[in-house]
Amino acid sequence: MIALPPYADLLGLRIDGADDGAPVLLMPFHDDVIGRPGFLHGGAIGGLLEMAAIAALQCAFSDGDRPRIKPITVTVDYMRGGRDHETRAVGAITRLGNRIANIEATAWQDDRARPIAVARMNILLVR
Amino acid sequence: MDDDASGFDPRRFVSAMTRAGHNGALGIRYVAHGEDWAELALDYDPRMIGDPASGVIASGPILTLMDMATSMGIWIRSRRFRAQATLDLRVDYLRPATPERTVIGRGQCYRITRSVAFIRGQAHDGNPDDPIAHVAGTYMFIDAGQ
Repeated sequence: MIALPPYADLLGLRIDGADDGAPVLLMPFHDDVIGRPGFLHGGAIGGLLEMAAIAALQCAFSDGDRPRIKPITVTVDYMRGGRDHETRAVGAITRLGNRIANIEATAWQDDRARPIAVARMNILLVR
Repeated sequence: MDDDASGFDPRRFVSAMTRAGHNGALGIRYVAHGEDWAELALDYDPRMIGDPASGVIASGPILTLMDMATSMGIWIRSRRFRAQATLDLRVDYLRPATPERTVIGRGQCYRITRSVAFIRGQAHDGNPDDPIAHVAGTYMFIDAGQ
């Protein structure tokens, strides 16, 4: 099991089940994640996606064997406005190498088939 | 440069935008602006930590800072607020932000078309020549013609 960092608490994240071994993160709609009225801040969506990607990566390692994780790049595509609903996100590891992990994280609200945003993240693994 | 003929006052606008919501939760504040750019600050706060072992803040708050700074660049260049949606945002994390230091983000809008604004920016934690992040992205105007 993994522990989420303080920043995840600021976003109000909690783990809501798992998908293919990766934790699904749930972000409730609350004042601290709002951008323009009635909508999520793009930065909060991006932060949620990064947390989901990192959580998926941490779950790929056992507790004693976990490398340090350093984000190198993130590219977020925003598909739909984030409305005043709860949002879920999960990361999927595209490739796990010795030094680099490529991860894609998806965020959705009511319908998983209609994502609100997708992030691709390249992460450096330091052992 | 607090105000121009259009009445769009970046300092006052940032102050209003950061009174609540996600910008407010992170404590983002105004530093400076020019013709097509804005500089905003993000003070260190343990609530933003992403790596408890080192005290380094998560990358998400830097993404939010740069989203806000580059959006300001668009509105300053446009001399007014326009409703817009982020299309994509790419962030290169050049190095971790130093714990306890304030992060300064400068966002610039370098091109505006009828529907789309193109932005770029950098963040540093004290020395602009030693940046911690580089961003590039696009926003779409919601009020643009079809």
